[in-house]
Amino acid sequence: MNLSSKRKLVNKIALTLSLLAMSFGLFWLVWILFTTLQLGVAGLSLDLFTKMTPPPGSTEGGLANAIVGSLILVGLATLIGTPIGILTGVFLAEYGAGSWLAHATRFINDILLSAPSIVIGLFIYAFYVSQVGNFSGISGVAALALIVVPVVVRTTENMLLLVPNSLREAAFALGAKQSEVIIQVTLQASRAGIMTGILLAVARIAGETAPLMFTALSNQFWSLNLNAPMANLPVTIFKFAMSPFPDWQQLAWAGVFLITVGVLALNICARYFFRDEIQR
Amino acid sequence: MNIAMPATNPAALRNDNASAVFHPVTADTVETVEISFKNFQFYYGKYHALKNINLDIYKRRVTAFIGPSGCGKSTLLRTLNRMYDLYPEQRAAGELLFNNRNIIDSGVDLNDLRARIGMVFQKPTPFPMSIYDNIAFGVRLHERLSKGEMDERIEWALQKAALWDEVKDKLGQSGMSLSGGQQQRLCIARGIAVKPHVLLLDEPTSALDPISTLRIEELVHDLKKDFTIVIVTHNMQQAARVSDYTAYMYLGELIEFGVTDSIFVNPKRKETEDYITGRFG
Repeated sequence: MNLSSKRKLVNKIALTLSLLAMSFGLFWLVWILFTTLQLGVAGLSLDLFTKMTPPPGSTEGGLANAIVGSLILVGLATLIGTPIGILTGVFLAEYGAGSWLAHATRFINDILLSAPSIVIGLFIYAFYVSQVGNFSGISGVAALALIVVPVVVRTTENMLLLVPNSLREAAFALGAKQSEVIIQVTLQASRAGIMTGILLAVARIAGETAPLMFTALSNQFWSLNLNAPMANLPVTIFKFAMSPFPDWQQLAWAGVFLITVGVLALNICARYFFRDEIQR
Repeated sequence: MNIAMPATNPAALRNDNASAVFHPVTADTVETVEISFKNFQFYYGKYHALKNINLDIYKRRVTAFIGPSGCGKSTLLRTLNRMYDLYPEQRAAGELLFNNRNIIDSGVDLNDLRARIGMVFQKPTPFPMSIYDNIAFGVRLHERLSKGEMDERIEWALQKAALWDEVKDKLGQSGMSLSGGQQQRLCIARGIAVKPHVLLLDEPTSALDPISTLRIEELVHDLKKDFTIVIVTHNMQQAARVSDYTAYMYLGELIEFGVTDSIFVNPKRKETEDYITGRFG
């Protein structure tokens, strides 16, 4: 075999292998999506959004309290975690850079990023829930916010580091102070990337179950009280999917469908609003 | 101190060559000094990058820094607006006088200095905002203008940078949507909108096509009526075309400085002649 046909063969093998790997991943992904859609759509009804989670034995019920609970938990956790994450990311990329404080922060952040979420749930349980004596929405928010922070820190830092230094120099050359350069130029230049990071964090906490089981727990009734247990989709799904009742299982699938579609819709919206920057 | 004086051999300049039409500056021209380097040194960490530079830059003239890669011409340019302050390991010593003040002193207000000495970089660097805001950005840092005054200033700057006719109908569009040459003129407009005294150009055309290069060079000719211009260039023809004075640098030293025509037609130092005749570099 001559060199040319050997190279062509190697190329074909590499192409086949990567296509196989891609189709393997895609196969499961499509299957999961398909199952979610198929089983979830069947459970969709007006009751889903208007009625509370049913007690055992009842055939009537929806997920209204769990949907609102999840929106509150995820919304507040994102509101609290995002600014902390962005400010820390700015420190790491723009101010601290090579300082020991930045190195230490980066190291700890990486640990936090890879920490199993159940550990974070237990941490909040030990330091807040067990001290106060009851499960609460606010402790759920704290646990989810702790998951948001490292994701946002990491993406903010990475996106800011992608901004070419020439852009910073150009802003400084006009006589801008460092804060002006960061707020008006580098954060602007990387906002599509940072937004993607925030969305990743939202997508992650939207489905987190383990940390909520030790903190917000769940609530069968309508409650907006952050100091009381709060209903939420993941724990409800967990509870209902494990139950022997078919209508509960149906509700669990509907919940899965709502989370999936919600995260997907959020992604599409963000892509729409930042379409110019993503294209570049 | 010969090198700090323009054209030490006036006879060489009076041989009426054709290009003198484009470079009216002669040895007899009385110049005002805008910036003056005196025994200036520069270090990257321990590396002594600029050695004992003595050089005057004249008001409303174009001064070109030429020399092979790594000779220190960009380094020298970047000391003029203290760009090196962004990098802790870099430092300067000696005197760099501007407005009777040594601007490398630690007490100098950098934001104020950079408002007086603007800079345009090698690659166009439009900010991720509209064309209008790209120019307004620098102005807003230093002045409070009404909407009307700001509109006027932006038109003025874009006119000066010969970009107004191309962008007047799309000031709200992103600065990044422009072509490379337009982006570079936008950066020049942004620099002059702040109304600096001095404009530093760091190889402003090296990333541009010949047509855009020509436009920038014509622009430099117009701009020197209002601004003192210092330009770093790799392209010797460009230095010959646009500058009134040329400084030839090699290995961190200023080898020769004088009226551009005399440097190119009648270089006094062998090193300069070798470089401009293409024997090396």
